[in-house]
This record gives sequence, structure tokens and C-alpha cells, in this order.
Amino acid sequence: MTSLDSAPPRLAPARPGGGRGGRLGERLLHAYTWLILLWLVLPIIVMIVFGFNDRVGKRNNTWNGFTLRWWGELFAIPDLTTALVNSLTIALLSTAVATTLGTLMGLALGRHTFRGRGGVELLMFANIAAPEVVLGASLLSLFITMGVPRGYLTILIAHIMFNISYVAVVVRARLAGFDSSVEEAARDLGAGPFTTFRLVTLPLILPGVLSGALLAFAMSIDEYVITTFNAGSTLTFPLWVFGATRVGVPPQVNVMATIIFVVGVLLALGNALLLRRRQI
Amino acid sequence: MTATGHTATGHTATGHTATGHTATGDAATGAPPAIELAGVAKDYHSRGRAVPAVSRIDLAIGPGEFFSLLGPSGCGKSTTLRMIAGFEEPTRGRILLQGRDVTAVPPNRRDVNLVFQSYALFPHLDVAGNVAFGLRRRGVKGRELRERVGTMLDLVELSELAERRPRELSGGQQQRVALARALVNRPAALLLDEPLGALDLKLRQTMQIQLKAIQREVGITFIYVTHDQGEALTMSDRIAVMNRGRVEQLASPREIYERPRTRFVAGFIGTSNLLRRTVRAVDAAGPGGRAMVVLDAGADERLSAPLHPQMGPLRTGDQVELTVRPEKIEMSATRPDGPCCALRGRIVEVVYLGTYTTYTVATHGGTEITVFWQNSTDSTNVAERGEEIWLSWLPEHSYVLPESADEEPSTPRSGGPDPGGPPEGDAPRRNGEPAAGAAAQTPTATAAHPVSP
Repeated sequence: MTSLDSAPPRLAPARPGGGRGGRLGERLLHAYTWLILLWLVLPIIVMIVFGFNDRVGKRNNTWNGFTLRWWGELFAIPDLTTALVNSLTIALLSTAVATTLGTLMGLALGRHTFRGRGGVELLMFANIAAPEVVLGASLLSLFITMGVPRGYLTILIAHIMFNISYVAVVVRARLAGFDSSVEEAARDLGAGPFTTFRLVTLPLILPGVLSGALLAFAMSIDEYVITTFNAGSTLTFPLWVFGATRVGVPPQVNVMATIIFVVGVLLALGNALLLRRRQI
Repeated sequence: MTATGHTATGHTATGHTATGHTATGDAATGAPPAIELAGVAKDYHSRGRAVPAVSRIDLAIGPGEFFSLLGPSGCGKSTTLRMIAGFEEPTRGRILLQGRDVTAVPPNRRDVNLVFQSYALFPHLDVAGNVAFGLRRRGVKGRELRERVGTMLDLVELSELAERRPRELSGGQQQRVALARALVNRPAALLLDEPLGALDLKLRQTMQIQLKAIQREVGITFIYVTHDQGEALTMSDRIAVMNRGRVEQLASPREIYERPRTRFVAGFIGTSNLLRRTVRAVDAAGPGGRAMVVLDAGADERLSAPLHPQMGPLRTGDQVELTVRPEKIEMSATRPDGPCCALRGRIVEVVYLGTYTTYTVATHGGTEITVFWQNSTDSTNVAERGEEIWLSWLPEHSYVLPESADEEPSTPRSGGPDPGGPPEGDAPRRNGEPAAGAAAQTPTATAAHPVSP
């Protein structure tokens, strides 16, 4: 990000060789940076643009003129709509549960020393590091052994499971440098343990908690591998889209993805602004 | 450990037991002491071993008193304060707040407030929000809340900055917010943990005077933890000098400075000259009926000093240390007359410091003695480097302390890993000191303290 912050003023190709940016190494670095950014952003741009494509036939991969039709017919495919609703509710629910549990876990790991802490930490990172295929397959065998029918509930459980670790890691990182004497000060001033958490600890770690929640939401909404193992006959948005690739993805998918993307970017920006405003 | 603890009690607690503080405390008013520590000790556990941070402390702090806990870092003063605040639970002993046992009461239900060394201001609340925090927890709201916060901000001169966040304030301003946030609750006692430590010297001196003035105005008991002897001397009604988890001396600032009871106190408070000598004779009936100790000295030199009131009897041949403050020493070119102590030496260093000049004089025995010479009328140096000179002082300005080399071998702690101890390994500690002197001395100090708010 730092290169982004400092680069733009000197990047204009209209001033080649001008000033300090003129050195070859620095110019190469700038070019390289923009190339990477383009590489990252290009697929997203293509996705957004083809949401406005006046498609002919089943395939939506050649530009055929601008239209807002797909935005109007967003919910014209009932199965797709159901899948999207499933994805959104699973993402919201798993985020809520995982944020609560993950925050508590992050607090415990970041603030206290207890027997088994190392084990919990190992488990947490193993959960993040393990290939999704492994997680999905092992969850499936667990559900089969326990005789739990696969469906909405098992997807939700799976998403909560992998999200807890992400939230815990983020909250824990936020606790580095946290001055616990402010909590003592709250206690000293008459606040009980719960009031202290509500009025002092939580507001101070809130940026971390929100970052963790955003990450969890983002992880859940596009999760494919683990979900496909544990979905049964229930479809989420990514599962539906993957299924549709064989017959042609309808432009509604592009529109929905665009909306999800824009909302996600806005949330991330909002969180960054909040962080900057509070500076704590 | 218990053995050490008990010996230590010999010289700290006796005075209080003699005053009969346990039930009645301040006999004049019948009010109990604001705070009382009875046999309080704290061990920390590290790798399965109990490491004492506070060995045993007995204290009674009167209502409205400005009381300081003074000592080097790691002497247990902060631990003591945190036990009073409720953040640490004593391993042994009881803590009484206005006569009520609060040993097991959590910090949020104790009527004391702490000013943290790091201030610990709430970064997400503005100044007024910080100050109002404690009052809100007690259900104070509306106009009363606004008025009390406003009055307190006036007192610490921060009314203009009520809507600022802590990070927008200077160190001195943050310090005053921390003070206001604690004081506004009108606690039974205000605990201050090195509150001026992070400020620069000038600001610290101003704040010392302000703190004392505020304390006088609100009349609340202050317990002030510091490692800065100047701070303690400036503000306190009484000082407890702590070292290695124990109180070495508990007395008024003047008493502590003029009559340090141990070598540690003599060295920690101000500058002291220490002369190691052998007792030649003890005159039981010296001037003022006090025992005078005559010490070995060179030809036509003279050294005698009163026995410290809290010291046991001495015999001829005992090794002792004579202590005298640098500002009590006179210098002259010729041998001084009168019944004063006199020593000869050569000036090895002269440092001009404006208000006074320090002379370092090497005696013929090789000991270096520091002299502070006030530059009051004559700006010229009285003597130059390399000159032979006479040093003299009145015997009553010096004291004889037992020699510090008596490192008590019985203590299992000495030499061991002791995070609670001061960094200097040779810090003097003394055990088994006769309690008779303490019993005679401490009540005087206790009687002298009741400060009416």
C-alpha cells in the first residue's frame, strides 16, 4: 500500500526523467507496481463490465452492447436467488457467531496465560493453514459418522468453524500494545468486570473486531471447497455459479457479484476510515 | 522467610503497636486511620518458587495525611500500593480502609482511587468523559454530574480542554486529567503511583507544589509512591522508606533526612558521608544526656558523635559508621576550636554549582568526604584543589550507625535471584535491630502526623 500512497504524483508518464522519479530503478518499480495492480483488478473490471452486456445466446463472453436489463431482471432466476439468499444468510450468521467466539478466543490468547494455550494456538493456525479440501473432507466424514444430514445447517457449522480462527488471529493482533492499565483504571473507578469490558475493552478493540468480522464475511460468501463437501442438496451462490459454468453463466451472476464486491469495498473503506478517525 | 519478616517487624511495627492503632487509631478524634496495613506480605510465584515482593508491612495512615512510600525500583512500594488499590491480593495480612477489612474486596468496590504511572486515560473518551467515568458508575448524572466534573476541571485548570481527547494533550495535561479523574470521586484515599515520573524536571517541580496545594484543599489522604527523594521530602507529612520489601524507616521528612536510621536510608536520601571507624569509648552521659561515642581518629583529630536513638549499646572496639551530611561540614585553613569534630584532608576536586560549591576532600585515611559550601557572600573559592584543609562539624550533626558490612548471613534471600530487590547487590540491610529505640521514636512521628484537613 505504501507504494500506492507515494507513487501517483510522480507516476505520470508525461514527466519521464523529471525529478527524483526519473531514475531507471524507480521507474521500473512504478511500472511493476501498476502492472501488478492491473493484474489484480482486471478480472473484476471484466466481471463488472459484462454485467452490462447485452448478451446474445447462452455465452456471456463477447461484448454485444450496453444494457441495464440484467439489473432489472436480477431475481429472474429463482434457483440463483435462493442460492444468493443462502449465501448471504450463512455469511451473516457465521460472521456473527464466529466474531463473538473468535473475539473471546483472541482476548484469551492475547491477554492470559493458561494451561493449553500453546495447543489452542496451534489448532488455530492449523485451521488456517490446512488445505480446504482436508477440512471439507474431514468435516464430511464427521457429519456422516454422527449421522447429521448435510444441508444448510452443516454449511453454517463449517463456515463458523473456519471463521473463528480468522477473527481470533485479527483480534489477537489488535491486542499487541494494548495497555491493560486502562482496564485497571476502569475497575479502580468502580466498573465491574462486565462494565469494564463493555465501556473500555470492547471500544478499544472494536476496529480489530470489525476487521475480523469483515474478513469472516468475505471468507464465507465465496467459500466453495468446504461448502461443496458439506452442502448436501443445498446450493450457495458459488456452488450455483460453478454448476452454471457448464451451460453458460447468466449475466445476473455478474450483477450480483458486482453488488457484493461494491458492498465489500465500501465496508472495508468504512472500517479503514473508522480506524483512522479513532487512531487508537 | 518468616524469620526475616518477623525481624523486620521489630523495627517497623513496634511503634504502631505501641500507639494501639489496631482498634482506635487516631485517639484524639476516635476516627480509625484512613488506611491500615497489618502484617501485609506479598509473594510472587516464579517457576514454582515463592519470591517475596513485600516481606511484611505494618502501617497506619491518618486521615488527610500526605504519606509517601519511597524507595528504589523493585523495593515493593508499587506492589504495596496495588494491594491497597485491590489489584494484588496480599499473601498474608490484612488491609483496612477506614477500619473496615477490605482485603478480599475487588478494586471496583473499594473507596480508593489510583493515579496510574502511565495515566491510563481512556483514549476513546474526551477529558470530561474520562473525569465523569467514576461518577457515572456511582449513578451520579444530570446536573450534579456536570457540576462536579466542571468543578474538578477548574481545580486542575483544564476546563478549556474538556472536549479534547487524551492524545491531544501534553504530558502535564494528561497527568492532571488522571488526577482529576481520581479525585472527582472523593475517595477515602487517593493512591498515586509515581504520577510525575514521565514529566520533565521543571514541570515536575511545579506539579509537586500544585499536588500539595490540591491535597490541602481537598483534604483527602494521599498515598504517594515515588523513587524520587526530593519529591517525597517536598510533599509528604510522613515518609516510609522502603528497601527490599520492607520499611527501613517511617518518619517525617525532617526526621528521615536529619536522622537516617539505617545506612540505606542515609545513602538513599540526599548525600551522606560515611566514615568507617572503631569505637574508642562510649560516654553514657554526653551533652543533653545522650550517649556519645568517641571514635578512633588521627593525631590531633577528633571524632565523636551521638549514638543513633534507635541503636543498641556499643562497646569499645566495635566497628561503626559515622554519617554526616555534606552541608553540615565547615572548612578552615587552621585547626578549629571548640568541641567539634575535626578531620584533616586534601582537596581533590572542586565543582562550582552556582548556589553552592562541592568540595571532595580525601582524608589521610583515604576516605573521600563531600562538602557542600554555600556561595552566599563570597564568590571566591575558600580553598583550591590540592590544598591541605581542616574539616569540622558539630557532633550533634552526625550519627553513628552500625557498620554496614554485617550482611545478615541468615537471610536466604541474599545473593539469590530476587527480582524484588534493588539492582545494587551491596545495598545494606540490617536485621535484628533492637526494637526498643523504634518504640520510643515512632510514636513521636505518629503523634506528629495528624493533619487536619
